[in-house]
Amino acid sequence: MSILGTRVVRTEDPRLLTAGGTYVDDLRVPELAQAARVTFVRSPIAHAEIAGMDVTAARQAPGVVAVLTAADMDDLPPPPDSGLTGTEGLPLPLGGQWSEPLLAADRVRFVGEPVAIVITDDRYAGEDAAELVSVDYNQLPAVVGVDGALAAESLLFPPAGSNVAVSTGAPADSAAFDGCEVVVEETIVNQRLAPVPLEGRATAARWADGKLTVWVSTQNAQIARFILAGAMGLDPASIRVVAPDVGGGFGAKVGIDRDALIVAWAAKHTGRALRWAETRSENMLAMTHGRAQRHGVKIGGTRDGRILAYRLEIVQDTGAYSRMGGFLPFLTSLMAAGPYDIGHVETAYQVVVTNATPISAYRGAGRPEATAAIERAVDLFAAEIGMDPAQVRRINLVPADKFPFTSPCGATYDTGDYVGALDKVLAGGGYAELRAEQARRRERGDVLQLGIGVASYVEITAADADGGETARLVVHDDGTATVYTGSSAHGQGHHTAWAMLVEAELGIEMAKVTVIHGDTDLIPAGVGTYASRSLQLGGVAVQKAAVEVKDQARRVAAEMLEASDADLELDVDRGVWQVRGDPAASRTWAQVAAHAGGAGLAADVNYTDGKPTFPFGTHLAVTEVDTETGKARLIRHVTVDDAGTVLNPVLAEGQRHGGIAQGVAQALLEEVVYDTDGNPITGTLVDYAIITAAELPSFELLTSETPATINPLGAKGIGEAGTIGATPATQNSVIDAVSHLGIRHIDMPLTPARVWAAISEARESR
Amino acid sequence: MKVTVTVNGSEVAAEVADRTLLVHFLRDVAGLTATNVGCDTSSCGACTVLLDGRSVKSCTVLAAQADGRAVTTVEGLSGGADELHPVQRAFRAEHGLQCGFCTPGMVMASVSLLAENPSPTEDEVRSALEGNLCRCTGYHNIVRAVLAAASERRPR
Repeated sequence: MSILGTRVVRTEDPRLLTAGGTYVDDLRVPELAQAARVTFVRSPIAHAEIAGMDVTAARQAPGVVAVLTAADMDDLPPPPDSGLTGTEGLPLPLGGQWSEPLLAADRVRFVGEPVAIVITDDRYAGEDAAELVSVDYNQLPAVVGVDGALAAESLLFPPAGSNVAVSTGAPADSAAFDGCEVVVEETIVNQRLAPVPLEGRATAARWADGKLTVWVSTQNAQIARFILAGAMGLDPASIRVVAPDVGGGFGAKVGIDRDALIVAWAAKHTGRALRWAETRSENMLAMTHGRAQRHGVKIGGTRDGRILAYRLEIVQDTGAYSRMGGFLPFLTSLMAAGPYDIGHVETAYQVVVTNATPISAYRGAGRPEATAAIERAVDLFAAEIGMDPAQVRRINLVPADKFPFTSPCGATYDTGDYVGALDKVLAGGGYAELRAEQARRRERGDVLQLGIGVASYVEITAADADGGETARLVVHDDGTATVYTGSSAHGQGHHTAWAMLVEAELGIEMAKVTVIHGDTDLIPAGVGTYASRSLQLGGVAVQKAAVEVKDQARRVAAEMLEASDADLELDVDRGVWQVRGDPAASRTWAQVAAHAGGAGLAADVNYTDGKPTFPFGTHLAVTEVDTETGKARLIRHVTVDDAGTVLNPVLAEGQRHGGIAQGVAQALLEEVVYDTDGNPITGTLVDYAIITAAELPSFELLTSETPATINPLGAKGIGEAGTIGATPATQNSVIDAVSHLGIRHIDMPLTPARVWAAISEARESR
Repeated sequence: MKVTVTVNGSEVAAEVADRTLLVHFLRDVAGLTATNVGCDTSSCGACTVLLDGRSVKSCTVLAAQADGRAVTTVEGLSGGADELHPVQRAFRAEHGLQCGFCTPGMVMASVSLLAENPSPTEDEVRSALEGNLCRCTGYHNIVRAVLAAASERRPR
């Protein structure tokens, strides 16, 4: 029986559990033995011109090696211009007048923006010396939030003449709403979040013998090298990027960001090996944030529950600079129609700059926003026509016989059984009994009211499938194998999954398979881990490499056994080659590899034939809301997340758990908040409410596997399902708990204060 | 000042700045890097170690406060990767870790929890681990791992 699809515990874990991982700040390699520490000096003001800077006192402080500012950056090429000016909607920073500098030279645009660095041998001395850097700021009016940006009373980039960096124009056609019996509109905030991987950003760098080595906590070593080469004006071949263990990324460690580029430059500029591991306070200010969209939704249909038209207008706050933020609303628009068969869907978006931390990907990256918008809209529509929200979904979900289904937004959903997922969750959760319990509590007027929230979704994974992924597989003459993968893991379990693929294909047991990733000297080409792309691209690449190696080995073994290729078979259970029907005369992988000669048994694959896949599911969240305090508590969470054929249920479940927690956290707790001057007031983990074990129940995961047909593993992505489904299910649930009071919508996060205020307002108006 | 700490059974003595945090003493002086720093407000628990058998957040303890005392880090919990402590074994069996960054602190907090309460309920585990943040697992499998370890240790 194949190992694929079975519950295999991770090979990564014994090391992580006994010695701990080797994250960037843990590196004790000889090249970094004399490394000095970098401390950043960051803007304390959201928007200001830099009138002057005095680093004299800092340079003279004890233990200071160097203090560097933008004035020292005269050995860099001009910033690489992406050529994008604001209309293309690609996942690259905007160039031209919207460009982002490295160290700020004449203007700062968010609290936390780097203006100087201090290099010291001792970590504590750096903190002291950074305090001595004196910057003369001429404060400018801060642009806070999307309304502030659109008001345009203050401009971040005056030459642009506007704070709107990207705009699609207004929706083209609104006539579809004319034929609707019921039309509901709402403005919905999808709030700004901090990704908060437990390991913040960290970088070490060394320039020696004409080669730059950069160790960085990244999801993509090869992309990091590409960006470094452009920023530093170096040939990629003269750069080595190493991603050691990475302590979580969640999209915020895609590529390499500005602060890490500054550290790499400083190592080359000073000739000193350097290391930097940010503090959490720095991380909250200067690692990219996510979400930060405002939605205008309009939904219309018939009184018997058929949705006929839907409009989504998005204003994306991309923060001070448009990194990936300019791209996110494109993905939101692509997935705006959700899992429904709606005749008319129209979208439009604007991307605005504000004096806040730049926005980039955060687990889901544009898709949770799309789902949150339409799942709230469906509940608003259901409430307006007085129909059960689950029934409205059942009526409108794309039926199983319509796949592949091309949505009005242009996405072609490959395979699915959306109604099946809904019904499974409703049955598994005991939906009818939950509604009955809710009715009893309402009847009694209980303080603790029950909320039942449903959210159905479809998402896109490996949206950039044509970027492909690489794998190199080598079988050695001791019978072991090594996989070199471009898909760099940071907790997903690639070592386990890739070794399972090799064992399944070649019969080389997992314990003999080594998986290597995240070193551009060993793996020059690759893409990495984001967008739930790894298994369906990187995994397929490994499998294809194994098939190639198997073909090579078949020819070698045939020669050894003096038989024809066609008569040779691989006994996967025993991991040996034999002539069909003659197991007595067999050759081991070690023997075949030793006999192979030449290049040995090795295959290089760059798999670019993949296409995006569309996982789907339904989440059911059950909350209890204290109507006296407004406190909402999630008491059950039941889900179907169908990501095609599952390679290892242990890993897939882990991905779902983590995503659900982050989704619930957005719905109930988390929000990055700025005051009216653009000062962050959620700059530590005391102020920013990361969800804890005490605020969550155990989750109830149901299984459903509708294979993808585009790739040989049948796999779709699972990494982001949790945030996509759980966020609106939880939000809908809390609102449902108080809907009998006449409440139709409350924005996230649904904190006690917000829920209590909504209850109070509803009671006063009755 | 001179600080002497027994770390995982071995004495580590060094001259350090007065303000040296215990976590930096462990990482930079004792050379034990499993214990991680995840915040600067004592919120995340990634740096949790045992000080004389009780869990502390080592980013909030000065090395000087540990002078003459015994510290256990996750490196000292078992004989190595082939010989896991029951809590480590349960974290692996239940997939209670993903990126691994919170794991050393989470394991030490769990060891401390089970020393104080050998038979916790799920609610008690969740409440006891409130000071240890994990961004990967949603805590589901961490809680299962602690309950499994408790059940394994309980006399039958």
